[in-house]
Amino acid sequence: MTSTSSDAVPISTRLSRWANQHRKWLFAAPAMAFTAMLICFPVGWTLYLSLTDAKGSVRRPADFIGISNYLRVLTDTDRFWPAVARTGVFTFGALALELVLGMAIALLLWRTFRGQRWVRVSILLPFVATPVAIAMMWRLIFEPNIGFANRVMGWLGLPPQPWLADPGMTLPTLIFVDVWEFTPMVAIILLAGLSTLPDEPDEAARIDGAGLWQRFWYVTLPMLKPVVLVAVLLRAIDALKTFDLLYVTKGQGGGSFHEAETLNIYVYGLSFKYNDFGVASAVLIIFFLMILAVMWLLTFRRKGAKL
Amino acid sequence: MQHRHAARIAALMAAALGMGTLAACSGDDGESTTLNVTLANHVWTDIITEKIPEFEEQSGLDVVVTQLSEDQLVDNYKVKLNAGSADVDVMMYRPLQVGKLFGQNGYFADITDRVSGAGDWDWEDFQAGPVGLTTYEDQVVGVPMITESEMLYYRTDLLEDAGLEVPTTMAELEEAARTIHEENPGTAGIVMRSQASAAVTQLSGFLYSFGGTWLDDQGHSAIASDEAKEAYAYYGRLLHDYGPDQISTDMSWPESAAIFAQGDAGFWIDASSLYENVYDPAKSQVGDQVGFAPFPAGPDGSRPYNVAAWALGINAASQNQDNAWAFIQWATSPDMTLEIQTEGVPSARTSVWENPEGTESFPEDLAAAIAANGENGVGQDRPLVVGVAEAREIVGAPIVAAITGEDSDQAAEQANEQFEAFLESDG
Repeated sequence: MTSTSSDAVPISTRLSRWANQHRKWLFAAPAMAFTAMLICFPVGWTLYLSLTDAKGSVRRPADFIGISNYLRVLTDTDRFWPAVARTGVFTFGALALELVLGMAIALLLWRTFRGQRWVRVSILLPFVATPVAIAMMWRLIFEPNIGFANRVMGWLGLPPQPWLADPGMTLPTLIFVDVWEFTPMVAIILLAGLSTLPDEPDEAARIDGAGLWQRFWYVTLPMLKPVVLVAVLLRAIDALKTFDLLYVTKGQGGGSFHEAETLNIYVYGLSFKYNDFGVASAVLIIFFLMILAVMWLLTFRRKGAKL
Repeated sequence: MQHRHAARIAALMAAALGMGTLAACSGDDGESTTLNVTLANHVWTDIITEKIPEFEEQSGLDVVVTQLSEDQLVDNYKVKLNAGSADVDVMMYRPLQVGKLFGQNGYFADITDRVSGAGDWDWEDFQAGPVGLTTYEDQVVGVPMITESEMLYYRTDLLEDAGLEVPTTMAELEEAARTIHEENPGTAGIVMRSQASAAVTQLSGFLYSFGGTWLDDQGHSAIASDEAKEAYAYYGRLLHDYGPDQISTDMSWPESAAIFAQGDAGFWIDASSLYENVYDPAKSQVGDQVGFAPFPAGPDGSRPYNVAAWALGINAASQNQDNAWAFIQWATSPDMTLEIQTEGVPSARTSVWENPEGTESFPEDLAAAIAANGENGVGQDRPLVVGVAEAREIVGAPIVAAITGEDSDQAAEQANEQFEAFLESDG
């Protein structure tokens, strides 16, 4: 009896020994399982719904209808593809302007000058304000009859513009608001990148007689490339998913002609107005894949750049 | 020793989690003394929330009010009721917008026995039209408490200056809007809703008065009939030719009411229940100069909508239905209804309308106009289908086409096809 107990280590001891060896996993396991569930369950449920004809209420019985929701969505040239196009125009329009302006602001703020700190803080203000409040403010400013924008146009001797009220002008106006709001964020990221750059290459280029533009294009920008890509990635994902600004300024459906209806707004309408949960889920899955593709492209290219 | 420590922490954490779950569950058992009431932004809501402490004292319940704007209210219901949530007990809803949808989804508790067995509270007192709208497949699912009809609001001073009489026909209205627009640069002759789906309810009066309907007797789309085309064109022409200079196609009632209340328009056509927004001097710069008239007559007479705008229902998943019913009974009692109507909210109770007290606080011409609308009114202001939101977008498209000066006849034909396809799959 004594021999067996000394030979075989009791099961509880072995268990606790094992637990001790793997304790970093054990401790992290609940949090990891929780996070995995938070990601997997909604995606899985959406995927399931997208293959059914769920309508009205998700608690009503729904039939499994295979990929016909996807076929319906992908052949819909009335609402879906225009929404894709608007999402693209909005994202790339805003992103391009924000990068150019953000870079310009970052370069200006890079060199030290008096009152620099104040300028840095004040330039961040649009970015720290609440998006819904910003959207409501711009909606009032762009009100065609009593808004401030048209008063300014009057002072400048220009004819009043319909702004958000005109289907053709809606997207450019919204891009303008987005640029106003998020350029500071791009500028701050780029500025952070700039301040970590070594001075030597720039000095060497200067001694070699390179001009201002040449020094920026051939020296600063290549060194800054990874930071630029981070800014692009963050802003692109954010802009693709824009909802608050569009919903507050143009409401459900993105206006009478759906002129501001991006994919996000479209999906919102499908689920909350039409209660067409099957189709809405299909659009969401397609949208999800699109964002994944964009992310993959950007990170893939970044790795390529490093090699 | 460390692993024992770890095991102890894990056990503690598990216990804490378990207790949290238990605590979360315990609230759901049976009737609770906390009553969750979800209400929309409305004058009615402002009045009732002030009186809720009286109800709390009398019943011993705690009433938690969630107050939301119309769109957010519906979205809120859709999220919660879709999930079968029990944390909504009393729900304020729009019978015309979601009555069929929610009824079909089984979101409403059947209160037929409760209303008919309520004695003095007197279910028979409610007007038949509104009651029809809060009944789903022979089950009473809601108690109507606010009615509204389509009203012509006008500026007494502008009409006087132009030497105009209050228009009683569509032709006179157009002529008056034209005159005011021409004589007062910068002032719109008329302002109305212009956003595609928001404008649908206001178009309905024009549609009926021109002799049209949304659906024909067989349930097919009727929005490409000659009468409907005429109504679309007329509505759009008013706004296109005599509306605000910079016409937006995003206007619902808050935007159009704001323009009228700022003194920038001669006429405004919208729901009677919104009159405080342009009549109350605190909200309107022209409160003293607002006149009220019945809806003008078209070829088929004056046929405005006259509907139950809001009702109170009980969530079918609520564990607290007896208390919810007690609240509804209190909030819609004859006395309470009279009191609220004297503060300006048109009710659905016949006795209140027959009582002189019930209308004495209204401006005289408003009461007269509501009464006239009540006689001629049609009991719906939008197509009565399940997917109302989608239907409104479809039938609203020709309105916007007309407002922006496009060919509304063609838009009506196109919308007609879409509407027909929608009706086939509706529900």
